[in-house]
Amino acid sequence: MAEYQNIFTQVQIHGHGEMGIPIGNESKNRVGKPIFNRWLGMLGNAQLGPIYLGATGTLSLICGFIAFEIIGLNMLASVNWDVVQFVKQLFWLALEPPPPGSGLSIPPMAEGGWWLLAGFFLTLSILLWWTRTYLRAKALNMGYHIPWAFAAAIWLYLVLGFIRPLLMGDFGEAVPFGIFPHLDWTAAFSMRYGNLFYNPFHMLSIVFLYGSAVLFGMHAATILAVGRYGGEREIEQITDRGTATERAALFWRWCMGFNATMESVHRWAWWFAILTPITGGIGILLTGTVVDNWYIWGVKHGIAPAYPEVYPVGIDPALGVEAK
Amino acid sequence: MRLQDFQKLTLRRVVSQRLVKLSVVAVLAAGIQGCFEAPPMETEQVGFRGVGMWSTTNPDITDPLVALNQVPVASPKVPAVEGAPKAGDIYQNVQVLGDLSIAEFARTMASITAWVSPEQGCAYCHEGGNFADDALYTKVVSRRMMQMTQNINSQWSDHVGSTGVTCYTCHRGLNVPANIWFEQDGPVTAAGMSANSYQQNHVGTEVGYTSMLSDPFSKYLAGEPDKIRVAAQNALPMRGETNNEPTQALENTWSLMMHMSDSLGVNCTACHNTRNFSSWEMSPPARTTAWHALQMVPALNNDYMTPLQPIYPDHRLGSLDDAPKTNCATCHQGINKPLYGVSMLDDYPVWRAPLEGGSLEAPDYSTAPDYGDPNNLEPVSTESSAALADPEAAAESVVQ
Repeated sequence: MAEYQNIFTQVQIHGHGEMGIPIGNESKNRVGKPIFNRWLGMLGNAQLGPIYLGATGTLSLICGFIAFEIIGLNMLASVNWDVVQFVKQLFWLALEPPPPGSGLSIPPMAEGGWWLLAGFFLTLSILLWWTRTYLRAKALNMGYHIPWAFAAAIWLYLVLGFIRPLLMGDFGEAVPFGIFPHLDWTAAFSMRYGNLFYNPFHMLSIVFLYGSAVLFGMHAATILAVGRYGGEREIEQITDRGTATERAALFWRWCMGFNATMESVHRWAWWFAILTPITGGIGILLTGTVVDNWYIWGVKHGIAPAYPEVYPVGIDPALGVEAK
Repeated sequence: MRLQDFQKLTLRRVVSQRLVKLSVVAVLAAGIQGCFEAPPMETEQVGFRGVGMWSTTNPDITDPLVALNQVPVASPKVPAVEGAPKAGDIYQNVQVLGDLSIAEFARTMASITAWVSPEQGCAYCHEGGNFADDALYTKVVSRRMMQMTQNINSQWSDHVGSTGVTCYTCHRGLNVPANIWFEQDGPVTAAGMSANSYQQNHVGTEVGYTSMLSDPFSKYLAGEPDKIRVAAQNALPMRGETNNEPTQALENTWSLMMHMSDSLGVNCTACHNTRNFSSWEMSPPARTTAWHALQMVPALNNDYMTPLQPIYPDHRLGSLDDAPKTNCATCHQGINKPLYGVSMLDDYPVWRAPLEGGSLEAPDYSTAPDYGDPNNLEPVSTESSAALADPEAAAESVVQ
């Protein structure tokens, strides 16, 4: 039974490459001869390919590549084309949005123009990829749960890089492209607007984010634990419960008096996942546009408790002096 | 296959798989470990319980600082003699310390030498036999630094308290203090159409290795300091009426704060309650002390450091030809109270305040002559080194 307690998938099916269901004249869009890889099989399906490209996929990859190149080459230029420095400082490098106060005009290339162009192509790439997930779901006669979940993530991306800067009237309010720079921006954003932890939508986003992780962990553990009774056949068991489902349900009912079903646990997971960026995006959108200091707002609305004073209450030394 | 062979084969497979997994884990662990300071840390509660007001320090970093930040042994005090001749009456061209007795004057000069130019001796500032001559730039600069020290201790007690500073606080036996700053024109980037980094987005060694503004000093610690307070002060936006600063402005403030944190070896919580950084009501008292520093340092740079620019030889100037300037690290050197808060002023009261008749005025350096550079002079003579060992003998040799 050790195979159910391993971080890697233990069962790998090898056969002829699965080419997928016939999809008529769109079949030419399937490219690549399937290959099998043992290491890949430890994480997922050992079969790699064929991939369906199509017009949206191809265009999306091209646009994504353009954005990637604009960002990467500007990072390389920022270390004066020094490849060693590029590798050493990669996590620090960035493509910066226009400087604050530039408004919404088209900036010169060196002062945010490249950023705007990279953002345009990256957005186009992402939207084309979204279209592709929609079209593939349609082609396979699936529901549209995946495209809508992806759309929720795109919402947060667009709020941060485009919609909020538009509402603030300044592209300088957008996020830089870069590993540490975007993290520095995130923390600076929180401090500039008086601590984002007092933003109720940020709170909700954290609830859904951490909740997603908990649900994912609970669900995965439950199914692996009843794998020996065929518990991984979850979908059949929505309507045709077997002993695996009964045991899984009983486990949670014994532990906490309540249990999800084989169907509902996936709805829980889906809603938690998409509500993370939806609520997060609302929180970002309200910051600076509707609320300027979330801590003070929180005090005003009774969500930020007061704690006993430990120090003598401080007085701003700049009062009565010209502030620096 | 015999059962024995099968077992051997299986065992070998299991062992080799385990080795692969172990080595993967070891490489990952080594990689992750390299990103952090190794534990254990020391933590201390510095505010109300349960609100994250902790001070965290790493003994691996703080322990080596102890030996480096001890006050030097003071030279024996010279007895005050009523009616003893004053340095200003005996020597020529004593502009700042003229009110000292000649014995105390000699002791002061010897201590300055020990703190600032222990290797070069008197010759670092005094050329040849004429100690009164202002031939060397170092003498002109050190006179101004004496005025600055007296100014800091008498005018900026809100920051330096009664502990005060001396030459040693910054110099520590070096001609030039270890922590100074120059203006930067930013990291070398490709020109033309390539995107501007605005002096950010590179490894910021002065700002806690963040990717933020690499030179907060020019912005906040010299010239007309930029606005540090940029967080909103109202629940709702009041555009055009009050604070209306961009997110970027806070990154710049934060880069200055990273320098302060780094220079003093303290966390954010030394001065702030992080639930609302800008609130004075919730802030630890150290923030008030730091606020006065942010008034003092630009004043020192503007009144003392920058005006000395014409005096320095080229090798003392920055890449943009600006004078060396001071920031928090110049005095603090990794300690929240420089030299662990031990005052040297009782041993050297001369630095408490300007002396009677001592000048505090800045000379007009623009009309200054072309000064000499002690680094281009002959090696220190044995005579002046010997004089160092005995301040009184040195004083007499000067009198003669």
